[in-house]
Amino acid sequence: AAAARVHEGATPSPGRSRPAVVKIHPVVVASIVDSYERRNEGASRVIGTLLGTIDKHSVEVTNCFSVPHNESEDEVAVDMEFAKNMYELHRKVSPSEVIIGWYATGYDITEHSVLIHEYYSREAQNPIHLTVDTALQSGKMSVRAYLSAPMGVPGKTVGVMFTPLSVKYVYYDTECIGIELLQKTRTSPSRTNGLTSDLTQVAGSAAQTQEMLSTVLAYIEDVLAGKVTADNSVGRYLMDLVDKVPMIPAEDFETMLNSNINDLLMVTYLTNLTQTQIALNEKLVIM
Amino acid sequence: MASRKESGVSSSNTLDSPVKQIQIEGLVVLKIIKHYQEEGQGSEVVQGVLLGLVVEDRLEITNCFPFPQHTEEDADFDEVQYQMEMMRSLRHVNIDHLHVGWYQSTFYGSFVSRALLDSQFSYQHAIEESVVLIYDPIKTAQGSLSLKAYRLTPKLMEICKEKDFSAEGLKKAAVGYENMFEEVPIVIKNSHLISVLLWELEEKSTVPSKHELLSLSSSSSHLEKSLQMLMDRVDDMSQDIVKFNTFSRNTSKQQQQKHQYIQRRQQENTQRQSRGEPPLPEEDISKMFKPPQPPPRMDTLLIAGQINTYCQTVKEFTSQNLGKLFMAEALQGHNS
Repeated sequence: AAAARVHEGATPSPGRSRPAVVKIHPVVVASIVDSYERRNEGASRVIGTLLGTIDKHSVEVTNCFSVPHNESEDEVAVDMEFAKNMYELHRKVSPSEVIIGWYATGYDITEHSVLIHEYYSREAQNPIHLTVDTALQSGKMSVRAYLSAPMGVPGKTVGVMFTPLSVKYVYYDTECIGIELLQKTRTSPSRTNGLTSDLTQVAGSAAQTQEMLSTVLAYIEDVLAGKVTADNSVGRYLMDLVDKVPMIPAEDFETMLNSNINDLLMVTYLTNLTQTQIALNEKLVIM
Repeated sequence: MASRKESGVSSSNTLDSPVKQIQIEGLVVLKIIKHYQEEGQGSEVVQGVLLGLVVEDRLEITNCFPFPQHTEEDADFDEVQYQMEMMRSLRHVNIDHLHVGWYQSTFYGSFVSRALLDSQFSYQHAIEESVVLIYDPIKTAQGSLSLKAYRLTPKLMEICKEKDFSAEGLKKAAVGYENMFEEVPIVIKNSHLISVLLWELEEKSTVPSKHELLSLSSSSSHLEKSLQMLMDRVDDMSQDIVKFNTFSRNTSKQQQQKHQYIQRRQQENTQRQSRGEPPLPEEDISKMFKPPQPPPRMDTLLIAGQINTYCQTVKEFTSQNLGKLFMAEALQGHNS
C-alpha cells in the first residue's frame, strides 16, 4: 500500500463526522517523550496507543501508553496482546477513556505506519495518528496529528492518505499551575526546582505582576514618545486595567482593610491557641 | 534548593532516615494532577503507586500509575493482581518497576488517619525508603502546587512494629504528635527533552496563566471549610479527652477501693487473730477489681497530628492573605 502526505485540508467523507481539531493534554506528550527516552537499544522510534474521548467536532487526548514493537527494513511487529492488556488495565481506572488512535515518535510517516494504522482502525473508528518529533528533525519538537482517508483509483491502485488536523493544547486549571511550576525548571542549570512556601509564592506572583506592569509601561512610554503607533484596542485594554482598581474613599478602604486584617489575625491567634492546647494535652497525658 | 516548611514534623535539619530528598519528574506531577482531575471529583481520595529508584540518599520518582477506586459492585477486584500486571507490563517498556511509595489526594488537608498510617507502615516495612505523597488539589487550584512527601519517623515505626499503642508504649518511645511524620523536601527535575517540550508548550499555548494566587476572594470559602474541619477534629479530641478523664478517674477510684478492701481485710484479720480464729484466706484482689480498659492512645495521637496539620495550613493561608491585603493597600495608596 502506498502512503502519501497531503497538505490541504481534509475533505469530509459522507456519512461519517470527522473531527477537525485534536486537543491534547500536555501529560500525553510528556509521556511520549519519556517513553522515547527509555526506548530499547536500536529502536529508532516508539509507538503507543492514545486514549481519550471523542465528541462531534473534536477529539480530546487525555492519556497514552507505549506498546513494545520491533521494526526493521522489511517488517514490523507490534505486541497487540500487550496493547489489549494495558487498555483493559487502564479501563479499570478511567472507564470513560477509549482508544482513539496511536502515536509514533519521529517526523515522517513511513510505510510501516500504514500497517500499524490499519491495526488501529480495527480497534477504533477513525483513529488519529499523532507524530511527535522527538529527534528534533524539524528544529523543534513539533506535534502533528493526522487522519487517514482512502485515496486512489477504486479497483486499481488504492492507497491511504494522511490528512493533517490542527492540534491544540488544552489544560485543566490545576494542570496549568503544574506546568507553570515545571517551566521554572527550564531556567535552573541543574534543571531542578524546589517547591516554594507560602510567602515566597505571593512574592513570586507579585514579582510577575510587576514585570508585566513594567512591560506595559515601556509600551506606553514608546507610544507617548511617538516611537510606536498607538493601537486603539490596546488603549481600551489599558483603560479597563486602570478602571479595575476601585476608587474607594480612603477611610472606607482603611476600615475594610483593618477589619480583614483583624479577621485574619484572629484566625491565626485561634490556631496558635489550638496548637498550644494539644501540646499541653499531650504533656499531661504522657505524664 | 527546596525550602522546607515547618509542618507538624520534627524540625531537625538532618533527617535521620535513609532518604533526605525526593526528586520527582515533571511527568509524575502531571499524571497525579490529571488523575485527580478526572477521577477524583467529590470528596473521595484517589490513590496510586509511585515507581522509581533510590540513588545515594535521594529517592527518584520517575513514573506512577493510578489505582482504580473501590466500588461495591467490584467485589472480586484483586488489587494485588492489578498491581502485578501493571508493573509487569511497564517493565516491558523499560519503565522503572521498583515500588517506591504511593500517593494520595487529600481533601482540605485531612490525611492523618489510621488507614494512612497502616498503609505507610506496611510500605516502609517492606521497602525502607518509601514515601507517601500527599497532593492537595484544592490548594493547588488556588495558585500553587501543593505536593508534600511524608515518611514515618523511626520511632513511630518501632511502635507500629510492636503494635503497642498503649500510653506506656508511647511514653517509652517518646512519640508525640509532632514526630509522627517527617516531611522530606521535594525537588522537581526534568530531562532535556522535556525542557524542549516545555518550551514548545509555552510558545504554542494561548492560555493566559491564571493568577488565582493573587485573588483576595479566595479567602472566604477555603478558610471557612478548613476551620470547620478543624472544629470537627477538636470536637473529636475533646470527646477523647473526656473518655481519658473518666478512665483515669475510674482507675483512681478503683485504687481507693482496693486500698480500702485491703485495709478492711487486715483489720478483720487482726481482730480474728485476737479472737483466736483462723484468718480469712487471701483472696485474689486483682480478680475482684478488674482494672478498666485504658482507652487507646493512638487515636488521640492521630487526631492531634491532624489538628496540627490543619493549624499549619490555616496559618500559611492567613499569612498569604495578609501579604495580599498589604499589596492591595499599596495599590490603593498609589491611586489616592
